[in-house]
Amino acid sequence: MKNDIIKEMLSLAGTIGRPVKLMEVCGTHTMAAFRTGLRSLLPENVSLLSGPGCPVCVTPNDFLDLAIAIAEEPDVVITTFGDMLKVPGSRMSLEHAKARGADVRVVYSPLDALNMAKEQPGKKIVFLGVGFETTAPTVAWTIKEALQSGVANYSVLCAHKTIPEAMLALPAGGDLRIDGFMCPGHVSVIIGAKAYEPICARHHIPCVIAGFEAADMARAITMILRQIAGSQAKVEIEYTRSVTMEGNVTAQDLCSEVFEKSDAQWRGLGTIPDSGLKIRDKYAAHDAQKTFPEIKPTPSASEHGCICGDILRGVKLPADCPLFGRKCTPSSPIGACMVSSEGTCAAYFKYTRRDKKK
Amino acid sequence: MKNTTANNNEIVLMGHGGGGLLTKKIIEEIILQELNNPILAQLDDSACITLPQKDIAFTTDSYVIDPIFFPGADIGKLAVCGTVNDLAMQGAEPKYMSLALIIEEGLPISDFRKIIHSIKETSSAAGVAIVTGDTKVIERRKNRSALSHKNDSQHEQEGGLFINTTGIGLRLPKVDVAVSNARPGDAVIVTGSIGDHGMAVLNLREGLRLESKLTSDVAPLWDMISRVLEKIPGIHCLRDPTRGGVAAALCDIAEASSCGITVTESSLPVKNSVRGACDLLGLEPIAVANEGKAIVICSDNDKNEVLRIIRSHPLGQDACIIGNITAEPAGIVLMKTRTGGERIIDVPTGEALPRIC
Amino acid sequence: MCLAVPAKIVKLNGNDAIVEIEGVRRQSNVSLIQAPKIGDYVLLHAGFAIQKWSEADVQEFNEIMATIQM
Repeated sequence: MKNDIIKEMLSLAGTIGRPVKLMEVCGTHTMAAFRTGLRSLLPENVSLLSGPGCPVCVTPNDFLDLAIAIAEEPDVVITTFGDMLKVPGSRMSLEHAKARGADVRVVYSPLDALNMAKEQPGKKIVFLGVGFETTAPTVAWTIKEALQSGVANYSVLCAHKTIPEAMLALPAGGDLRIDGFMCPGHVSVIIGAKAYEPICARHHIPCVIAGFEAADMARAITMILRQIAGSQAKVEIEYTRSVTMEGNVTAQDLCSEVFEKSDAQWRGLGTIPDSGLKIRDKYAAHDAQKTFPEIKPTPSASEHGCICGDILRGVKLPADCPLFGRKCTPSSPIGACMVSSEGTCAAYFKYTRRDKKK
Repeated sequence: MKNTTANNNEIVLMGHGGGGLLTKKIIEEIILQELNNPILAQLDDSACITLPQKDIAFTTDSYVIDPIFFPGADIGKLAVCGTVNDLAMQGAEPKYMSLALIIEEGLPISDFRKIIHSIKETSSAAGVAIVTGDTKVIERRKNRSALSHKNDSQHEQEGGLFINTTGIGLRLPKVDVAVSNARPGDAVIVTGSIGDHGMAVLNLREGLRLESKLTSDVAPLWDMISRVLEKIPGIHCLRDPTRGGVAAALCDIAEASSCGITVTESSLPVKNSVRGACDLLGLEPIAVANEGKAIVICSDNDKNEVLRIIRSHPLGQDACIIGNITAEPAGIVLMKTRTGGERIIDVPTGEALPRIC
Repeated sequence: MCLAVPAKIVKLNGNDAIVEIEGVRRQSNVSLIQAPKIGDYVLLHAGFAIQKWSEADVQEFNEIMATIQM
């Protein structure tokens, strides 16, 4: 079966002939494509660009600065997903803050942070609400539960972001030279395939929602190529075992109950209207922005010279960036594309090293 | 184990490190009780030893693992195995060890006893004598996030323990193993399932609340390795894939030997529980720590015999060939993935932590 | 983004469930899915079940995994 997929992919790519640039929007696809070696199996004229879909990597400096400022308050414990530790703020990362004495703890689930708050009433447990629509409902559940059960010492510093708005905004800053979107599987479990219809209509390119096994991604790429070959542009679901047109309505309702839309700042892309979620006033007691009113976010100094936005849009290459490999490296990243270990810049850095050694 | 202290609630105090009566008590009643041998019993400023040969291996390592007890072992067993294995990886028979203990005040004496007992058991099994040592007590550390998620407030009260050990071993004649000795065409063997130690400890340390059979693989490897070296002294490299896992160990070898390494994903031995926990947390077994495994690199001619000897040892039953050494690309480790693709294996950047994307 | 893995519900108590993946068990929350049952396969993200798989879905997944060699 898989051989058939690869064969069809090759044959479609041959029929299309010209170079085809696809974007995988989702960071987990980037990761899976890397881990499974999918890129090495792609037809020569098909390339896969990494989009803005790693919520950790696009979290901007000022959010980290704010989290670190809160961490310095007495009795505060910052709880976070593990991949946030290395993301740089304008002065330092959470990993640095921890080494300087802040109490920063890694959790697997926001449930663990909420439980910690129940178990340690003397501490103020602040969870860093980072993630797209997949993660937002899980965090919303803990906020609602904290209010209902009176867990006063639990709050969320919210930086949740939404994918469709970012996909719509992608070409706003310049050309979008891509021929198709491989849409995020697990975001789509929640928001449903219908959420991509406006994007498809706006960009006139195929949008296919893919699962995370190599075979899923290969199948999705084949579906995109089939659309390109047939001059079509529609929303299709490859990941049918998890994704429906409507999505998870329970989770959507929970999110609208706890969050409302807001503008959000994305590392490398700037501010995108309506692409963020903020906690509604009803839940203000569990909104760390409000429970630590004395701590004001300071506008972050922009990552001067970083061309992440252009790289994410596929119009420039890492080598075009003045910071690449000099000020911006995997061990000391500046832009989102270097923060992610599989981001475009981090991958280029790795492969350049390999080519030099050759 | 003799229990000369009646009070089970006794804890280590700053005074136990003061060099006075309390220090003497802890050394005589606990340490010497367990680890006694004629050289250690001198309690002199240095241990005086006579070695039968000039060609020795000499290594030191510190153990700061937290929690100090974990499924499958404890910091004491880990410290002995770590040092014994570092010697073994140079083809050296472990003979003597030092033992320096840095105890955090508040450590229950009963825990301390357990760890010293475990050191005794492991060192006897590994055939290494502990001949010199030191004991210090430090003040309580704040913010020990390691114990953060534990429900039982008792653990919050307990002090920890650091151990430093130095080992001396006698290198086998005719053996020339080194990280820089891998040659194109060689086979890469791993002596058993990978990632066991790292996942067992991560689950506990980060309070991930996974219920599983995850157990550390901590074990002394000399017995198994010596059988291989006695039969086939021409082994090229030995490496224990500890922190950074097999990924880091292979990257070291590729770099030092200026060769490429290709591993086959489907040949990596991984226990189901380790795979499950890794999938859940977004980690890869190849980058997770081991404490009872070795990577053995030998010529293609020797590989079947080496594998047979390793597999005949209780610690090596799951050994397998995971890849081979290539001339190009020098310094790079590649993996043939299950899907038939290819990817680079890099040195893991830091601590393995659960990720969300 | 968003790592999620299939896991099986082995215990259920209201919104709380114990799910299992390769013998590894973890406490999880099932309030985001409809009518969870013991034996259901769910997609687990950050400790929450976000989707339930039908038997056909599980079978499709097994087929994909079995024919992973491309």
